[in-house]
Amino acid sequence: MNNKKKSSPWKSIQVGLITFLVMVIFAYGFQITKVDLEELRSENRQQSLTRVTRALAQPEIFEYDQVEEVVNFSIYVPCRPDDSGEAAPEQNTSEPYLIVTPGCAAPGEVVQVEGFNFAPYTVGPVRFIPGSDSSNVVSLGRENAETDADGHFLMSMEIPKRPSDSVQYIRATLRRNIGSPHFTQTAYDTWNKIVETVFLALLATVFGTILAIPLSFIAARNLMKTVKSPLTSIALSVLGWPIGIVIGFIVVRWVGDFSSVIGSNAWVNIASILISPALMWFGVRWALPQEEINLPSQSVRFARLGVLFMVILIGFYGLFQLASLAMSAGKTIEVPLGSFGFMGYFLFQVGDIVAIITPVLGALAAGGALSSVLGRLGQYGSEKLPASGIKVLNLILTTIAGATVFGLVGQLVEWLYQIGEPLYTLWLPMMTGAIAGLLLAFFTKPKDSLPIGMVIYSITRTFLNALRSVEALVMAIVFVIAVGIGPFAGVMALGLHTIVSLAKLYSEQVESILSGPLEAIEATGANRLQTIIYAVIPQIIPPYISYTMYRWDINVRMSTIIGFVGGGGIGFLLQQNINLLNYRAASAQMLAIAIVVATMDYISSALREKVI
Amino acid sequence: MLQIKNLTKIYDGGVKALDNVSFDVPDGQFLAVIGLSGSGKSTLLRCINRLIEPTSGQILWNGEDITAASQEEMRRIRRKIGMVFQHFNLVHRSKVITNVLAGRLGYVNPAWSLINRFPQEDIDKAIKQLERVGIAEKAYQRADELSGGQQQRVGIARALMQDPKMVLADEPVASLDPVLAHSIMSHLEDINKNDGVCVLCSLHFLDLVHRYADRVVALNEGKLVFEGLPTEIDDKKFKEIYGRDAERVG
Repeated sequence: MNNKKKSSPWKSIQVGLITFLVMVIFAYGFQITKVDLEELRSENRQQSLTRVTRALAQPEIFEYDQVEEVVNFSIYVPCRPDDSGEAAPEQNTSEPYLIVTPGCAAPGEVVQVEGFNFAPYTVGPVRFIPGSDSSNVVSLGRENAETDADGHFLMSMEIPKRPSDSVQYIRATLRRNIGSPHFTQTAYDTWNKIVETVFLALLATVFGTILAIPLSFIAARNLMKTVKSPLTSIALSVLGWPIGIVIGFIVVRWVGDFSSVIGSNAWVNIASILISPALMWFGVRWALPQEEINLPSQSVRFARLGVLFMVILIGFYGLFQLASLAMSAGKTIEVPLGSFGFMGYFLFQVGDIVAIITPVLGALAAGGALSSVLGRLGQYGSEKLPASGIKVLNLILTTIAGATVFGLVGQLVEWLYQIGEPLYTLWLPMMTGAIAGLLLAFFTKPKDSLPIGMVIYSITRTFLNALRSVEALVMAIVFVIAVGIGPFAGVMALGLHTIVSLAKLYSEQVESILSGPLEAIEATGANRLQTIIYAVIPQIIPPYISYTMYRWDINVRMSTIIGFVGGGGIGFLLQQNINLLNYRAASAQMLAIAIVVATMDYISSALREKVI
Repeated sequence: MLQIKNLTKIYDGGVKALDNVSFDVPDGQFLAVIGLSGSGKSTLLRCINRLIEPTSGQILWNGEDITAASQEEMRRIRRKIGMVFQHFNLVHRSKVITNVLAGRLGYVNPAWSLINRFPQEDIDKAIKQLERVGIAEKAYQRADELSGGQQQRVGIARALMQDPKMVLADEPVASLDPVLAHSIMSHLEDINKNDGVCVLCSLHFLDLVHRYADRVVALNEGKLVFEGLPTEIDDKKFKEIYGRDAERVG
């Protein structure tokens, strides 16, 4: 108690200091962000604000067809010497006509313009047309006239300072709407672009989700914490990736060449597509029996591996043939389908995507497979071989693995910065890697399990966090350079951002699952992948769906502005119209965005309620 | 024959959960493990199928060293050891039949189980196990729609799917009311007596121990303090196991 009393003046001083500090920070902030209400009060600003606000309040969606009544009145500026300057006499006609008083004027003089026999209640400009040509489109000055019920108007107009010897004109152009309202060109453009926007968001969300799911598992602490491997196994699987990728790429390319030798004849394609799944089915049935109580003999296992390898090759062959068929079929049906030609285009593009992705997939699959096989071999070896032998093996393997990894990183640096100095980008990194590997192997007990899972987890998390902090708009700028201006760049940018942010959110969900079922499934003798499928995935489905919806919502909103940097979608139109000061058109696009975002918000919340 | 030799487990924080525990369990025995909460019962059971890695000591099962098994060998050992949990540990959003079939994961080919394909014999067998525990009609309901007693029976069916030679039951009735407790215990007894499966069951209530167990081991602060027949637990032994201030209930 006593102690508290003593410290209270100190506390007051502290509070005072903190208040002062906060004031200073805010004052500085005002200066930095240029808060200036004077600017707001200036007349110019207020006028522009009013103009823009009024334009925004009238989105350019509907319009009428218009008819114009154009009447010219000839006038001399200044008056000729012989001209009386009196008004022309009243005409006796049912056609619209103008009377200007006086009939000639000095530059800068104000004249009365009176119109007769126009259509009632029409509006339009009255302008001064310089030069002697009555059909001249150049005009000076602009005053709006509005007719009354009799089609008559009276207004005053200042003659511009354009003296000329020849006759000049005052022209009234009165317009009125006819027929019923219809959509403007802006409305059509907006509709096209908003459809593009919605699909952009859809594709980005779908691709992002598919790739984020596997990433989220390796970014989940509770799953990765238990992944431990002996050094031998780690070194071998690290080596397995690059070797496997190279082998896989070569083999699948070879299959692709084989497929293109077979030809792109539709019948051959169809036959291949039908036969290869059947072959694969029989192969898989034989090589992967559903249940096995006893371990099969070594030779049977090798035969199975061989058959599986053949199955995979046949599978890739089938994919290539499918791509070829899709491309030729898409091309053939694009024209006859008429307005459904986009289906043909879609088919062609899908075929092209399959043809491009297949070698990459093959390379990755081979990398993963070889890495896993070698990893298991390492695991087996370090369990069965004596410690001293393992130590020697570790020393050799980690040296090679370290050198490979660092060498590859060096090559990446070389490719990025074009240093062109192999000493720095190849030999030195390889030396460093080799030494690092050697030291690691030297200081690790040969049979110790290293927490490789946590290493992968940390790397993935860092990578995700780094990429997540880059806004999708910035990514779009990069992709616009890579794939050109258009919605595709937007899809790539939004997709990438979706992957990294969803992977983070998903992995947090994985971390919060109940550990009981995980333990129970593990206790049945299930392997890691089975544990994930049977214990993790059922638990994470509802939050995954919820987050995917949420992301789809965000993506729709983002895709409306990704066009600002050339990423396609409605943002492109919006920015263009703002830059052209065409605020009424911009307003139509803003309205469309608001409607779409609100609808998406409603749909996603309704769906979320339904699913969970 | 399960032999536990000098088993010690020290957790990362330095807590000694098991301290030099040794005992044998002959095949076909119903062994009760008793002790206060935190005395190391769960740790002991989980060390046997290595859900928890023991710090030192040896566990031999029919001569095979469980503590020295590789990951792959451990999977083959685990599939012969069924486990039943206090909180049932079912996957709530999955169907009952899927939960039961999960007991087969150690046997089926991983590639097929990844796309949720099980052999027809396994599906028939799962139904049969559910019939055995009396809830076959619930097979296609979601697991979280079942009551606690029913969920525990699904847990037993899952363990039975493994064709176990041994069942580890970690306080299987602690979250159930006494009437249900007897129903669950009698299922375990049935497995023990009729299938000849060795059951290691940790329990709280001594009357359940007297009623079902062939033999008892007791733990106190990770140490083995009693090993013998249930009838040998008199008041003096009771105080030794549960502490000076403990009172007998039930």
